[in-house]
Amino acid sequence: MEMPAPDARVMARKARLVSRLQEVLPDRSVIHDPMETRAYECDALTAYRCPPLCAVLPGTTQEVSDVLRICHEEGVPVVPRGSGTSLAGGALPTADCVILGVARMTQVLETHYNDRIIRVQTGRTNLSVTGAVEQDGFFYAPDPSSQLACAIAGNIAMNSGGAHCLKYGVTTNNLLGVTLVQMDGTIVEIGGAHMDASSYDLLGLICGSEGQLGVVTEATLRILPKPEGARPIMIGYDSAEVAGACVSDIIKAGVLPVAIEYMDRLLIKVCEEFAQAGYPECGALLIIEVEGSPSEIDAQLALIGEIARRHEPVAMQEALDKDQAARIWAGRKAAFSAVGRISDYMCLDGTIPVSALPYVLRRIEELSVQYGLAVGNVFHAGDGNMHPLILYDANKDGDLETCEALGAEILKLCVEVGGCLTGEHGVGIEKRDLMGVQFSSEDLEAQMAVKDVFDPKWLLNPAKVFPLANSETRRAS
Amino acid sequence: MKPTTETELSEAVAQANGPLKISAGGTRGIGRQIDGAPLNMTGLSGITLYEPGALTIVAQAGTPLAEIEAALASEKQRLAFEPMDCRKVLGTSGSPTIGGVIATNSSGPRRVVVGAARDHMLGVRFVDGTGRVLKNGGRVMKNVTGYDLVKLMTGSYGTLGVISEVSLKVLPTPETEGTLTIHGLSVERAVAAMSAALTSPFEVTGAAHLIQSDAGSPETLLRIEGFEASVAYRLARLKDALYAFGDVQTSGAQSPSDRWREIRDLAFWADCADDIWRLSVRPSDAPGIVARLPAGARVVLDWGGGLIWAAVPNATDLRAELGSFSGHATLIKARGEVRPSIPIFHPEPTAIAALNAGLRAQFDPRGILNPGLMN
Repeated sequence: MEMPAPDARVMARKARLVSRLQEVLPDRSVIHDPMETRAYECDALTAYRCPPLCAVLPGTTQEVSDVLRICHEEGVPVVPRGSGTSLAGGALPTADCVILGVARMTQVLETHYNDRIIRVQTGRTNLSVTGAVEQDGFFYAPDPSSQLACAIAGNIAMNSGGAHCLKYGVTTNNLLGVTLVQMDGTIVEIGGAHMDASSYDLLGLICGSEGQLGVVTEATLRILPKPEGARPIMIGYDSAEVAGACVSDIIKAGVLPVAIEYMDRLLIKVCEEFAQAGYPECGALLIIEVEGSPSEIDAQLALIGEIARRHEPVAMQEALDKDQAARIWAGRKAAFSAVGRISDYMCLDGTIPVSALPYVLRRIEELSVQYGLAVGNVFHAGDGNMHPLILYDANKDGDLETCEALGAEILKLCVEVGGCLTGEHGVGIEKRDLMGVQFSSEDLEAQMAVKDVFDPKWLLNPAKVFPLANSETRRAS
Repeated sequence: MKPTTETELSEAVAQANGPLKISAGGTRGIGRQIDGAPLNMTGLSGITLYEPGALTIVAQAGTPLAEIEAALASEKQRLAFEPMDCRKVLGTSGSPTIGGVIATNSSGPRRVVVGAARDHMLGVRFVDGTGRVLKNGGRVMKNVTGYDLVKLMTGSYGTLGVISEVSLKVLPTPETEGTLTIHGLSVERAVAAMSAALTSPFEVTGAAHLIQSDAGSPETLLRIEGFEASVAYRLARLKDALYAFGDVQTSGAQSPSDRWREIRDLAFWADCADDIWRLSVRPSDAPGIVARLPAGARVVLDWGGGLIWAAVPNATDLRAELGSFSGHATLIKARGEVRPSIPIFHPEPTAIAALNAGLRAQFDPRGILNPGLMN
């Protein structure tokens, strides 16, 4: 993945920049020793690394504003960073950039149950947002797999999803307001504890803009009352076709589970070995979770079971208690680490119309054979968000390149059947050069025109999202 | 001009040499009256794709809402955000279109739980002010590929582009619904009751409070939807949970969905000669704001207090009366010409206004799309 050459003029001014940043930030908040900037050389897309010029860890919105104003004046690119868990390279530095990390900004600023909101600094982790309200029976709905580590800042930048968005939506559906610092240091409040915008939906525009429009330092999030209970059922089938038909029938029957997860044979085996979840041996496993009171759960699971039986499952098991439910989810939630234990892998994130599921899985299998790399599938079947995992050997010459080529083919396939390149991880650098598959150059022009408005000098996370050739003149100006 | 294809629409916009006034059903006459050559969108009509198993529908912008709702109903599905039918309250006729719903981000009582029109928009095709045909989003439920112009277009009242096609997430229509009613609560108690309901685990999908309703005394209504046994169970549990608020009645003589449709459409204000304002506020601020409304104001609270509909005497500068509050106020209906000193849409702080103006300059550099409508 190509990154633009660093600006030598910027790098030559490092000492001056560091001293200006030190003037506005507390001691030890400016990290500039090459030994220490290493810690920021990559995010969770570890195949690509580059230490930044320096990294700063401001503690307040005003400090973020000061940093951005200085970088704006000095013409220095800024790469915002939450917890660095991006799988797409969203926080990958360039050698001439300042990494602006919000990791020190973790406070809860306000909790208001009657208004069903929490306001936090965005360095706070996803799970600790729920942690702040769960003792009172509330939770924050978006639940990306990395929720223990990932920051709300990154969730907003990538519009993160999770396993339960079939019912609760993704980040953008649960975000009510932000404090945004623009590249020139201007601080703006967008939205708040009320709903919807009075004019243009800038909140919707900022969510998912991958840190290219501004740095979000505070966020007002919607919190929800916890359901009375929730319980999953596992249903095993021989083939993807039948599992797909079953999902479609369940949705058509008017049941809206909170989650419908899918795993293929490879993933079932790997996750079972890792987590002893009690998964059956079969070609396609569905984990379907419903919520409500005990009797409501029973009724919904009975209906789901009835539909599932019409498709002749090879295995079917309801979680009978909390422990069983936790075990079933432990396997699914550990899927990425379980695969990581046996191989290097690349995790894709394309979304497809659910009707195309059997066809896409068949084609992925053919491509897997053609490229000679194994592909496992685990994904959110209710909303068509796939996570094909391509296994490769990072120590074997050319394997990463083959893996990337296969990944590109799979993502093109997703677009071809009416889907998209990324459902919840973001474009970053990983899918940047494939954007032309999904969008015309005019579509991309229109998106870049938005960045022109928020960041006319193109200093915020500039080498991401758009193919370098498309953004070149803007970045150079 | 009445284009029948996206290409014709693109040509019409590209060749326009002055302002265009975009309309379709003409039922949502919100915003200042503007001049411009009429651009009638009803020629771009029809459902292009409907996959019930994927909860997705795609339709051209001029498709009548009724056509979409009928198609969905045949599969026991619906647009969950409950778009408002403005005809009664605004005294308009014509047939509402999906494009109008999306251009105004029109959402009803269920918005408080399932989100607004913008939350159900999966994709959009539109023609910008130079005639370029652009697309964003798609037809899948999870999509973070590039910037979310879908949200930007939703609720932009045609001032950034003319929407030609929309792709929407739909949801199953529940088997049944039930409503709890409490009479005689003060605004403060009503908001407390609605908050209690919305923070309960019983999935309340409507929480409204009507002052000076037909019944004479204020009414607080709470809706629950789902499978029959589940609705009965949750109504009973919620009723128990609200015992402190007085006598709670289950459903009513009138079938509940009619009641909620009236609230959605403000149908009971059909002959209202007053100005009607729509305020989006922080729910716990609602009692204080209602107390500051001019004497004699009629009020409907929706979204558990987060949405205030207020009918106030003509030409009231409501924002001046209320002073500063967190949220925004929009003048939905006014008798006669609105004074230029009273903006229809809530004035934005300078930095936001600059961003909005910047976006308008990018998407409509000639300033020809519904110019001035959102001022």
